[in-house]
Amino acid sequence: MSFPVMVFFLIGTIAVASSILVIAMRNPVHSALFLLLTFLCVAVLFILKEAEFVGAVQLLVYAGGIMVLFLFVVMLINVRHLPDEKIVSPMWLGGIGVGLAVFILFATEVRPGTYAANVGRDDYLRRVTTHKLLRHKNPDGSVRKYRVRSGTQSGNSEAVGNALYGDYLVPFEVASLFLLVAMIGAILIGKRELSAADEDVNPQYMIDRVETEKEVKEAMSA
Amino acid sequence: MPEVAPSTEAYLMLSATLFAVGLIGVIVRRNMITVLMAIELMMNAVNINLIAFSHRLSSLEGQVFTIFIITVAAGEAAVGLAIIIQLYRLKSSVNVDDARELNG
Repeated sequence: MSFPVMVFFLIGTIAVASSILVIAMRNPVHSALFLLLTFLCVAVLFILKEAEFVGAVQLLVYAGGIMVLFLFVVMLINVRHLPDEKIVSPMWLGGIGVGLAVFILFATEVRPGTYAANVGRDDYLRRVTTHKLLRHKNPDGSVRKYRVRSGTQSGNSEAVGNALYGDYLVPFEVASLFLLVAMIGAILIGKRELSAADEDVNPQYMIDRVETEKEVKEAMSA
Repeated sequence: MPEVAPSTEAYLMLSATLFAVGLIGVIVRRNMITVLMAIELMMNAVNINLIAFSHRLSSLEGQVFTIFIITVAAGEAAVGLAIIIQLYRLKSSVNVDDARELNG
């Protein structure tokens, strides 16, 4: 058994175990921490499959961003389940049945030997395709321009970046628009609503703010 | 001897396991925050599938799509958590069964 396969089985076991613990833990903080462990394991699995850039993005966005968001909300809401409180819904047996059924459905589709090793030609995961504009001067003085495609082997990040800003430029921009909309929506939904009565009078934080810097200095010297 | 990477089937089985665990979590748990975490687990399972096939087909498209899915997951988590906070202000509870106004 080669080293990557051993790493896969070790990390995969940890990922499955911690994902089960995510949905089994009573305290949401513990769930969030096990979810973090699952994300870290998945990042290692990405790197094993030569997707180093996606693995780094997984670490930064999931383990860095989304986990902080989850922990922030869990601590903000601060719900504690009492020991005798039921954390599962009444139809938990049916839920587990549906999950097992979906797993069996997927597992029967994936028999060993269904997929041959690698059918791709070159190592396209690291290939950067560039277009170069060349000029050719004809004997009669006119200039002919033509584009030349050339592929060079480089790092995975460079190849992904080239694909993102080349072939996938429009989806990339749509994704940025999506993030803007999600940000505005999250702010708007999460905002504490001011009632009409509160808006008429001056809000409390405006009334409190009477000291200017000068007044503070005068008060200190007096 | 060249180092042999783990097979595509192994990745698919792992991904199916994670997806099933996430699905069970979504159906079974009553805490909304845990349900959202289970949804993130399912998205991760899909990402594992995409990366495995990207490697098998030696094509970058799977990795690019994974990046887009991560983007969508980030936005979804932000909006979902904002909804949960607002619902907690309204009901003082994050129990899924307590939000049933639209139940008729």
